[in-house]
This record gives sequence, C-alpha cells and structure tokens, in this order.
Amino acid sequence: MKKILIVDDEPNILMTLEYTFKKKNYQVFIARDGQEALDLMNVEIPNVVILDIMMPEVDGYATLHAMKKNPSLQECRVIFLSAKNKESDIEKGLILGADAYVTKPFSIKKLLEKVENLLLG
Amino acid sequence: MNSVTLLIILILYLGFLFAIAQWAEKKSNNKWTNNAYIYTLSLAVYCTTWTYYGSIGVAANSGLNYLAIYLGPVMIIPAWILILKKIIRISRVNKISGIADFISLRYGNDRFLGALVTVICIVGILPYIALQLKAISETFHIVTQTADTIFFKDTTTYVAIALALFTSYYGTRYVDASEKRKGIVTAIAVESFLKLVFFLTIGIFVTFFAFDGFQDIFNQASLLENFSEKNSIGDFSKAINWFLLCILSLFAIFLLPRQFHVSIIENNREKHIKTAIWLFPLYLLLFNIFVYPIAWGGNVLFQANPVNADMYSLHIAQLFEHQWLVLLVFLGGFSAAISMIVVSTIALSTMLSNNLLIPYGLIGKLQSDKQEKNSNRIVRIRKIGIFSLIIIAYFIFRYFALDYSLVSIGLISFVIIAQLAPSFFGALFWKRGSAKGSIAGIIFGFLICFYTLLVPYAIGISTYENHFISEGLFGIEILKPFQLLGLDYLEPVPHALFWSLFVNFFIYYGVSISFKGNYRERNYAEMYVDIDKYISNHENAFIWKGKAYRADIENILKRFLGEERTTRALRIFNLKYNIEKDTTMADARLIKFSENLLTGHIGTASAKILIGSVAKEDQISLPEVLRILEESKENILLNKKLTETSNELQKLSVQLKEANETLLKKDKQKDDFLDTVTHELRTPITAIRASTELLYDDDEIPEDIKKQFLQNIITESDRLNRLIDQILDLEKFETGKQKIYFSENDISKTFEKVINPLKQLLTNKYIEVNTHFEIEDFKLLYDEERIIQVFTNLLSNAIKFCSGSNTKIDVFLHDKIEYVEIAVSNYGKLIPKEDLLVIFDKFYQSNNQNIKKPIGSGLGLAICKKIIEAHHGKIWAENTNEGVTLKFTLPKKN
Repeated sequence: MKKILIVDDEPNILMTLEYTFKKKNYQVFIARDGQEALDLMNVEIPNVVILDIMMPEVDGYATLHAMKKNPSLQECRVIFLSAKNKESDIEKGLILGADAYVTKPFSIKKLLEKVENLLLG
Repeated sequence: MNSVTLLIILILYLGFLFAIAQWAEKKSNNKWTNNAYIYTLSLAVYCTTWTYYGSIGVAANSGLNYLAIYLGPVMIIPAWILILKKIIRISRVNKISGIADFISLRYGNDRFLGALVTVICIVGILPYIALQLKAISETFHIVTQTADTIFFKDTTTYVAIALALFTSYYGTRYVDASEKRKGIVTAIAVESFLKLVFFLTIGIFVTFFAFDGFQDIFNQASLLENFSEKNSIGDFSKAINWFLLCILSLFAIFLLPRQFHVSIIENNREKHIKTAIWLFPLYLLLFNIFVYPIAWGGNVLFQANPVNADMYSLHIAQLFEHQWLVLLVFLGGFSAAISMIVVSTIALSTMLSNNLLIPYGLIGKLQSDKQEKNSNRIVRIRKIGIFSLIIIAYFIFRYFALDYSLVSIGLISFVIIAQLAPSFFGALFWKRGSAKGSIAGIIFGFLICFYTLLVPYAIGISTYENHFISEGLFGIEILKPFQLLGLDYLEPVPHALFWSLFVNFFIYYGVSISFKGNYRERNYAEMYVDIDKYISNHENAFIWKGKAYRADIENILKRFLGEERTTRALRIFNLKYNIEKDTTMADARLIKFSENLLTGHIGTASAKILIGSVAKEDQISLPEVLRILEESKENILLNKKLTETSNELQKLSVQLKEANETLLKKDKQKDDFLDTVTHELRTPITAIRASTELLYDDDEIPEDIKKQFLQNIITESDRLNRLIDQILDLEKFETGKQKIYFSENDISKTFEKVINPLKQLLTNKYIEVNTHFEIEDFKLLYDEERIIQVFTNLLSNAIKFCSGSNTKIDVFLHDKIEYVEIAVSNYGKLIPKEDLLVIFDKFYQSNNQNIKKPIGSGLGLAICKKIIEAHHGKIWAENTNEGVTLKFTLPKKN
C-alpha cells in the first residue's frame, strides 16, 4: 500500500483529499503544518507528500528544504499544492526540488493523475 | 657699562624676541597671537626711534612741532573703519603682498608702475632705516660711554650684521608673501608694548623723581630763554606748516611700506580694526604725554653743558646714575629701531623681488619645472634683498646721514613716500585714474622732491652756505629750492610736500582724463572702487577674452605652488564655480584665479606676464569692457537669484524623491496586499471546488460524509462572503466613505449583543468567557454596530487561540477617567515580539512572507483598527505572562 502525506492548514481541504486518497487505497497521513509533517516523517516514510506552501510556523518551502537534507526521505515524491500561482512561485517551487506544482483551486482528478504518474515514473 | 655686557644683554633680548616669534608661529591660531590687541600693538611700529628719541629733540628745540606727526594719524584713524576695511578686502581677494602690488594691480598689473613704486619706497625708506641704525649706534656709544671708531672695529657694525642675518632668516619663511607672519607680528607687538612701558618709565622718573611733577618742570623751564617763542603755534604761516605736516603724517600712516604691511597684509580679521581705532590713538597719546616733560626737563638740566637733545632720556638717566634705567631706555629705543627695520625690510624686499627683480629679468630664471627650485630662488632673492638693504642702510648712515637730526631725515622719507598718495587714494575712489597718469604724477612729484629737498640736503651735508639754496638755480629767484615760485613762508619740508603733491596730483588727474587707460585698468578700477559688490566672487568681475588651455595654466601654477597645492586650489575653484573636471579651456575666472595664486609668490606684474605667456588674449575695447562690467553687475545679481532658485529646485527634488519613495513603498504594500487577498479568496474557493467535484463525480459517498462536504461548501461560501465584506469595509474606511454614527450606548449591553449569538459555539468548544467590568450601566458615545464588529473580531481571534487545556477568555473593562479601556485576554501561545505592532496592519506579512499571520487570517484586525481610530481610540496587542491580550480604548468625549 502506497503511503501519502497531506500537509495543509485548511481542515476542509484536508478532508476532501483524505477522502479521495483513502478511496484509492492509499495509506493517508495528515499534518496541519510543516513541523507536524516533519515530525511524522521521522516515523513514517511516505511515497508522496502533498505540500501546501503558506502555513503557520514552518512553511512549505522550509519543509521541503528539511526533507532534502534527510537521507531517508530521498525517495519521497513531493507535490506543492498552493494558491501561490504566479510563474515565479511555480519556478521557485520546482527549483527547490519539488516533483510537481499544482495550483489552488485544483481539480481532484488531475491531482490524482499527477500523483499516480509520479509513482509510476 | 662696558660693550661686552651690553652686547650680551642685547643678544639675550634678541633671543627673547626670537623665542616669542617661534612660539607665535606655532600657535598662529591661538587667541594670544590672533587678537585685536596684537594687531593694534603691531601698528605701533609707526613709533620708531624718531618718536622714542627724535620727538624729544624736536620738543626741546622747537616746542610743540613734534605733535603734528601724531595728530595726522589720529585725525584719519576714525575713517579706517571704511578706508582700511576697503583696502584690506581688495588686498585679501587679490592676494596683494605690498603697496607696490596694490598700486600696480589697480592700474592694470602695470609692470613699470610697480617697479616705480618700489624704487620710490626704497629711496624713501633706506635713509630712514639708516636713521634707525644711527640711533642704535649712537645710543650704544652713549650707554657704553665709548667713542665711534672705524668701521671694522665698531661694535655697532656687528649689531647691524646680526640684525640683517636675523631678519633675512625670519622674514622670508613663506614664499607666498601675502601669507601672514604671525611670529614676526607678535614679536613686533611685544616690542611695541615694551618700548611704551620703558618710555613711560623714564617719563615718570624725570617728572616725579628728577623733578617735582609737571608743574615744577614747567616753572623751571619757563625761566629759560626762548621758552614762550618755542612754545607757541605762532602766526598763520606757522599754522599752514602745521597743517601740511599733519597731512604728511596722515598719508604716511597709509603709505609707509611697514604700515601697509602690518595694517593690511598682516590683518587677520576686519573686526580688529574696531579695536585699533580707539586703542592706537590711545597708544600714541600715552607715548606723547612725557615727551614734553623729558624735553624741557633736559633743557633745564643740561643748560650749562648742552648735549644732543635727541638723547635726553639716556643722558638724564645717566646723570642720576641709574644704570638699570639707562639700560631700559636703551632697550626701548633698540626695540623701536629693530621693529621698524624688520618690518620695513621685509616689506621692501618683497617689493624688490616681486615688483622689480622678478618682472624685470629674473622671471626668465624661474622656468624650472620643480616647484622647490623656484620657491628657493624666490626666497633667496628676498633673503639677499633684506640683508643688502640693511647693510646698505648701514653704509648710508656711516658715510652720509650723520649730520641731520632723526626727525629731519624721517620727514624727508615721509615726503618721498607721500608721492604715492594721489595714485593710492585715486585707486580707492576714482575709477578713471590710469596707469599713465599715475606714473607721470609720481615721477614729476618725485622730481620736485628731488629739487626742493634731496638736492639741498645733499649739498647741505658738504657745504652749508650755498648759492643754489640762497639764490636759486642759475641765480633765478623763482627757482630757489626752498622758496619755489616765491612761496616763501613754508619751512623746507612742508614746502616740498606742497609743491610735489600739487604737481603730482594735477598731472595724475590731467593725464588720466586726457589719455584713456586700457581695459584692464578700467576693469580693476571697477573691482577696487566697488570691492564690496565683488567680494564674494570677484573672479566673475574680471574681464578677459581669449584662448588658453587649462593644462598650460596648471603647469605654471605647479611650478610655483607645487603639485599638491595646485590640485587642491583647482578643485576648490571647480567646486566654487561648478566647473566640470575635464574642461579643457580656461575662462576669465580661471585666469584671474591663477593670477591671484601667483601674485603672492611673484607679484602682480609677473603673474600677468606668466599667465599671458600661455594665453592668447584678445584685445577688448573700452566701451566693450564697460558694457561687460554692466552686464556682469547684472549677472552677479542674476547669479544670486539663480542660486536661490536652484536651491529651491534642489529642495523640491529631494521632496519629490521622498514622495516617490513613499509611492514605491505604497505600491509594494499594495502588491503584497493583493497577494494576500487573492490567497485568502482562493482558499475557500479551493475547498468549495474540491468538495463539489467529489460530490459530483462520486455517487458512492457515504451519507454522513456527503453531509460534511455540503456543510464545507456552506461554511466556505460564508467565509468567502465575509472576506468580500471585509475588503469592501476596509476600502470604505480607507477612502473615507465609511460613516460612523455616534449614539449613546451602554458598553455592557453592547457586549451582551456580541456574546449571545456566540453562546452555542462556546458551549460546544467548552470555552468559558468571563467578564470583569469595573463599572456597569456606563453610557458612552459610539457607533454600536461598529463596536460589535470589533468585539466579534477580538473574540473570534481569542477563540481561535483556545486549544487544549486553555479554554478561558477574560474580558476586562477599566475606567481610566478620560477614556475606558477594554481588554480581551486569552491564554497560551504568545505573539512574536516583532509582530505585536503589525498584526493590525492590513498589509501585514511576517518577515517570511510564506508564514501566515499569527492570528488567523483575513482583515479583521485591520478593520478593528480603522473603527477604533474613527472613534479616536487606540488598539494594540500585549503579551502577558500567560498569553495574549488585545486592548482598545474609547474616549469618553467624542
């Protein structure tokens, strides 16, 4: 079973994503901010992380940065899911090492496709 | 007292003066060396041995005549405040180093005129210096009671040589002769002080110890023969004589090279004149109080066996066998002599080098590219100049001037120097005076002096009775040198003065108005007469047309000023006139500026020649000069206005820049705001979209989850709506469209209205809200609806922060007399200190712009701030020990 970690501070968004991936037979973990996500990843190594950028305390960029430093998380795929939709934001996310960047509001179908493609590739 | 003792004392005394000079040179900006008293005392170099010894002789032989020499200066000194100030200003801006420079620059840097003035000064002053040496020598012999011996055996020869060496070393410390010599001036001032004190000492001794006060001297003297005759002014012709002597000394105080030097060149501050105009006459008065008692006391004491009346002060001291008094009197006279010799030779040697030797020949020798070489040459010329002037003067005294009294030679000097008066005063007040007029006037004036004074005196030395004097040239009656054209009631000196100045003045005037001067004379006439107009930027008033390269001029300057000073001077020049650094051509201002810089070193005429050698100058006609001068007057005014305008523009541009920066900052804030707002708007839309998509695509969603998704959509839509409301609210406040409706309300009732709808929510979340109101039923003026908004926002913030065990919210109301303070506290996490102030800012972004606001999101707090400000209250956040408190105030008077 694939493990997915969803990091977002908006409970209503979390709820929809949790439902979606559970239905697709993922083992779903959720976190409300970057720090919580990093703590969790010390215990569980997910295959994919869906990461919001603007969050309280530790933001998405900082989370990804910390992940890159952790050797045990090198296999982990990361998708930024953010309302920051300027070209420059997307570029920055990819340069930092994210595997994909999806802007909010998003289509669940397309996000699902992206996640599945990543896991295949 | 023997010669060796006296010599040792002299050497000690000179050493003392030397030490003072050295000290003052080092402390040249010290208040001890740079003050009005030093300046005034240095002016007293006017009082030479003539005053110190000679006046006594005159008073003893001819009564009150000696006074005229001091009355002249006293009469004109009040006018110094105008005239001297003007001369000082002209000299300062043009870097003038002597009277020859002053006169020749005014008449268009005329080389011949400068040289002529120099020659006149040397001819006039050399015998005068000889006179001082004579006084030193005579007094030396009186004190040591030795006789004059042949040249090489006479001790005074060595005194003269020592003096020459000292002066030539000390007087030429600066190449730039317009530079101040604080050392010399301070030493002169000290000498002036000492000679006055020593003179007063002998005066008091004679009056109160040798005699029994003024009355006693008068009583005894009135018994002598000729007393009343000698002590009356006499008839009209005597009055004219007196008057002319006053005029003579009046000119002398301006024109004597040493007076010009101490009063103009060495003047540091114009305001020192203010002190000098009362203190200097006082000095002269003090000096003259005891002249008369000493003179007539001497006449009484020595009526049996007469001695030289000039030396009464020494003889009286010796008569009473007071060695120390003899010594003091001698040192006073010595001071008077050497201060005159030092200042005169410095002034003369500067003129000799800058106005005669350099422009007539030596300029060719100053072609070295090395500044030190040129400077050394100039200094060497001046050193040799000073040395030879003193030595020549010594020879004159040894071989020619032995027969005359101190005063008569002094007066001849004065008459010769007075020939400069028409040109000098014309330079200050008359724009039409020309070089030709000046030269002609001086030459003819001098010829008259020569005929009426020098020749008779020269002849008088060898044969006393002479046909030339008694019967006139070729026996022609009207050519009698002392009674020219039958003018027979004047004494020789006033007579010579009258005729020479008469001729001098009318020739100066006549030639000046008959022959036009060149444009440079006219130009300088303007700058001299109207110096106050041009003082701040006199370079602008200089007219010059032609072609010159800056590089050439720079090279010349470097030859005399050296690399560093030239670069610095040009940098200042560029700054002053706003000239680009890489300008290649020189303009009139630079020509004038450079001539000025050189003037101090090599004199005005040479400066013009040198600059002229690299500049191709176009001739300008006189009318054109006048037109340009007129224009430049307007230009100077215009320039002033332009500077003012440009200053204003500069101020405006600074303001514009500031405004621009503010705008840019605002623009950035606006961008940040938009970013935040769009992010805030997208978040609920994202949730709505995701929930809707799931509901639409998936028919198998369990009923409870379906309900939850639908609930999400409702909540998020409300949030979206609220956000839009808030944005509009904020916009209304910002554009001033939001109205506040004040009415009288009870704050606790209003709070009820807030808390009631929230009760269910609070119960669900197990949150307890406690109110602590200091006063109940309190009426206050406010817009209730808006204050409800504030309470709601603050409470929902507090609720958001309630988590875990922290389920308490406290609301306080304090009466603070002028206002009420309301506080909403919750417990738990604190707000970072740097965020406390900015959380109410709608543009607020934490340092890391990807971090959300610590307290929720949206614009709630920003709106609260606007509402409270509209009520003239304050709102802020505080961290307490246990959590965060948000506070606001409402004034009781609104």
